[in-house]
Amino acid sequence: MSVNENKPYEPKIIAFCCNWCSYGGADLAGTNRLSYPANVKIVRVPCSCRVNPQFILRAFQRGADGVIVCGCHPGDCHYSTGNFHTRRRMALLFSMLNFLGVESARTRVEWVSAAEGARFKSVMDSFVADITKLGPNRRLEDIRCKEN
Amino acid sequence: MQGELIKRACELLEDGTVNRVLGWQKGQFVYDITPAVFTSVEDVKEHFVYNDFCADNLSKYLIKESEKEGKVLVFLKPCDTYSFNQLQTEYKIKRENVYIIGIESYGKVDVEKLRQRGIEGITDIENVNGTLKVSTIYGEEQVPAYEVMLNRCLTCKSKKHVVYDELVGEDGEVVADSGRFDMVEKLEKMTAEERFNFWRGELSRCIRCNACRNVCPACTCEKCVFDNPNSGTQNRGARDSFEENMFHIIRAYHVAGRCTDCGECSRVCPENIPLHLLNRKFIRDINEFYGEFQAGEEVGQMSPVAAYTEHNDVEPSIVQKGGAE
Repeated sequence: MSVNENKPYEPKIIAFCCNWCSYGGADLAGTNRLSYPANVKIVRVPCSCRVNPQFILRAFQRGADGVIVCGCHPGDCHYSTGNFHTRRRMALLFSMLNFLGVESARTRVEWVSAAEGARFKSVMDSFVADITKLGPNRRLEDIRCKEN
Repeated sequence: MQGELIKRACELLEDGTVNRVLGWQKGQFVYDITPAVFTSVEDVKEHFVYNDFCADNLSKYLIKESEKEGKVLVFLKPCDTYSFNQLQTEYKIKRENVYIIGIESYGKVDVEKLRQRGIEGITDIENVNGTLKVSTIYGEEQVPAYEVMLNRCLTCKSKKHVVYDELVGEDGEVVADSGRFDMVEKLEKMTAEERFNFWRGELSRCIRCNACRNVCPACTCEKCVFDNPNSGTQNRGARDSFEENMFHIIRAYHVAGRCTDCGECSRVCPENIPLHLLNRKFIRDINEFYGEFQAGEEVGQMSPVAAYTEHNDVEPSIVQKGGAE
């Protein structure tokens, strides 16, 4: 019998946050004492366009139930144009994942600036709520990577 | 047609315009056509083949061939010329080293479809005005060509050559209403669950032979991500459903915006997985989100995946709004 059997379902969320805006936003949420769900594990990337489609697939493989990519608002990118590329790439990738039958709510892109600590919290709250409702990721899982 | 091509190839070899010919030769059987390079007139006369089984896209072979010394003569069907332009856009082909003869093509034959009709032991094939005369060891059979065409030819997008030095036969037109997105649309209308089951049924047959990658004229990286031993996706059979999905998503994603929809991936797949549907999904999305785009239509086009606009681009959240769950 597994030890975890009676625990409520806690989704695992990977958030790719760009160093200049969204990571700052997460920081600000911290300094403002706004708590966001502990399910969210942040991976800091230099820019949201650093996120290779393979990163997202890999996160799902290793047991993530949802993946969210956060970047600066379009036009505010530290590297001028990085998030414009993110926008196109992720629109195509998410559309393809949806085409293959992966629930479209499992992936998301949000624009969060360094001044939006409260928005960071609300985005993460709603994303975690969505994923909790969807339940564990079954369609893009790799059974070899499961803990139990 | 074959005689005409051989005559022209011999003329060009003899007057020194080209020093070798890239074409097709017979394999073990008449339907096992394989691409080949011919270096002499005798070679061409003896081994060069052109018939309704010559479906191979020769553009990819030009990457290596055009780097060699001297000019190479190549025969391109309309769909292959798109790949040629796309490769030239990516600086993979030296145009000055290639002499292109465009050949008209109204679809190639799928030998599997012939077999399904009980036609086996094929020894020769001839196309007379849209009727195939198939000689077999049991006698001669006649079949309407469109009934045994490759699936990709049934939804052909263009019969127009976008690049050539000379033409054999007639130049066609772009087919406006080819119906090539019908199957993609049908899948989009399904629920996520149904789509998932459909793709599991298809992709679980994948044996990771890498034929789709090797034949694809858009897959031209000298070091492929799937050959990297540290990537976890190196050449080996997929171990579970995730790896099958991963390989095919990444394969299709890497050619998004550059895929000319030549359909070679599905043609070579030994398991008959409809891989072109993944590519067509990307083409359809690109057309829908960023405006109509046909890769390889002209040299020097900017891929929509590499480009961006500042204000009008769709947000990735469009997927949540549009797709059925």
